[in-house]
Amino acid sequence: MLEGMIADTIGITGHNGDVIHAYYAQPLTGDKVPSVVVLHHMPGWDEWTKEVVRKLAFHGYAAIAPHLFHRFGPGRWDDVTAAARAKGGPSDAQVVGDTEGAAAFLRAQPAANGKVGVIGFCSGGRQAYMMACKIPSLDAAVDCWGGRVVAQPEDISPARPVPVIDMTKDMSCPLLGIFGNDDANPDVDQVNHIERELKKHGKSYEFHRYDGAGHGFFATDRPGYRPEQAVDGWKKVLVFYAKHLVTD
Amino acid sequence: MCSYITERATIMGHGKGVAEWLPLTKANVYYDHPVSAPLDHALIIDFTNEAAGPGARVAVELSAESARHLVRAIQAALDTGQAAHDLVDVVNA
Repeated sequence: MLEGMIADTIGITGHNGDVIHAYYAQPLTGDKVPSVVVLHHMPGWDEWTKEVVRKLAFHGYAAIAPHLFHRFGPGRWDDVTAAARAKGGPSDAQVVGDTEGAAAFLRAQPAANGKVGVIGFCSGGRQAYMMACKIPSLDAAVDCWGGRVVAQPEDISPARPVPVIDMTKDMSCPLLGIFGNDDANPDVDQVNHIERELKKHGKSYEFHRYDGAGHGFFATDRPGYRPEQAVDGWKKVLVFYAKHLVTD
Repeated sequence: MCSYITERATIMGHGKGVAEWLPLTKANVYYDHPVSAPLDHALIIDFTNEAAGPGARVAVELSAESARHLVRAIQAALDTGQAAHDLVDVVNA
């Protein structure tokens, strides 16, 4: 654990060369460190997302959360979230481009060890699964209760044209999945479906499913927070990243 | 009408205001994760003026049951004779 860190909002180059805001935290150490891109949940680029970035830095990872709704602003993060929803949200192509930009920023830092993982929550969980299939340079991906990986017909749109489950064959890095058994999106049947698809394509994955937890149970500022399950889930995440991202 | 008749709904939720009166042009209605209300999911209404930017927004996040109370109260208020008389399409007029 590294208690010293620097953390701030910075500008990075995202999809299409756009400069977007991102929240970045870097542990203060002379050692090389692995890195993680954090994909925020549907409520937006909120305070809890930034807590996640600092938590990862505390555990020795340079971490960055790109503001995936940046282009729907400017404005307060919650107003920008509402504007993003009113306009259909970011396209999958934009999220891929922003994640690639965030990963490139992380790799360019002097302390980077070259390994980059991704983690996403809620809609960001779906995106993290997609990033594992779309960005071959990523080294590990964590999907926390990503909804709509198994897409319904109404989920398909010009912005999100391909069901993420259909991208599984292209997954190029190990995947960790964290799910609550009381969640309705994804529900247990959908998680089973995803697991069947991963097995079918011979992908490296591990799933952890928690009783007594629903959607978003890591989020300490929400009623769905489940401390016992969240503490264990974070341990699983950190063991997974230590295995795939730490190099010394 | 000048009647003081008011339909009241007991609700549970959070709201976000603005400093001054605001012309409104759209209402975005959805049931999803709220930003502020202590609920897993909420019926959310964003009354907006998109031309004035994302901050030009009056927002409410209501529990599902609260939202149903509100729907009933709105319907009851609109069922008065005066409301029926005034029910013209001012949005598209």
